[in-house]
Amino acid sequence: MAETRAPERATNRGPGRLLIAVYILFAIAATSRAGLQIATRFGEAPVAYLLSALAALIYIVAAVGLARAGHAGRRVALACCSVELVGVLAVGVLSIADPELFPDETVWSDFGSGYGYIPLVLPVLGLCWLWRTRRDPA
Amino acid sequence: MTGAAAAGSPVDGILATIPIVLSLAVAVWALVAAVRQQPPDRIQFVGLAVLEVALLALTVVALVALGGGDRPGEPGAFFGYLVTLVCLPPLAWVLARMEPTRWGSAIVCAICLVTPVVVVRLQQTWEVVGG
Repeated sequence: MAETRAPERATNRGPGRLLIAVYILFAIAATSRAGLQIATRFGEAPVAYLLSALAALIYIVAAVGLARAGHAGRRVALACCSVELVGVLAVGVLSIADPELFPDETVWSDFGSGYGYIPLVLPVLGLCWLWRTRRDPA
Repeated sequence: MTGAAAAGSPVDGILATIPIVLSLAVAVWALVAAVRQQPPDRIQFVGLAVLEVALLALTVVALVALGGGDRPGEPGAFFGYLVTLVCLPPLAWVLARMEPTRWGSAIVCAICLVTPVVVVRLQQTWEVVGG
């Protein structure tokens, strides 16, 4: 059967490529940080370090989703950006309300203040980009 | 005294200042290009290449210091930042080649803004043990 869905604009061109670049940077930052924390001092703050690892995984999958640009890629990216936004908001609120929960910094602590609040802005930009590209203007 | 410890860092001084200044200069140039709707030009690519050379020089000096018996405060983080650092200009190069529009210039700008931050973090991971 032919696909009847309206064509979508590719997410891996133009501003999307910039977005992917920033996601790659955050994937590298979060992965190395989580890897190091888990390898060297996992016992100190297992929740925080596992959360770092989860954030790292989400950044990687989001970057791949945006780069793949197909319908499946869009859905993956949409899921990742949504989880990211919920995650950064939830961890941000929790880390301020109860600092005991996260004794060591994660990418999402204090709404990502350690990373210039980019972890807070990034999922919003991602969702905006997915929304902007939902129809192909051509 | 912390002065002696700071002076012992191989990733300090002019060798670190050059890539920081160079990176910021390329970032500003790329930002102007992005605002003027221009794709990455030759100056951006040459700038990225020179930046990579400066970062490799920094890496060699750091490795020589390590070979000489000096140790960073946080070895794991230090190597992580070092490896990330030398990968940044090539990443910007590849993505800018793939995107010959204003957004390619925006990518060069973004990565060249991140590079100085990583250089500073690299310095901090070397010096932490003295503090």
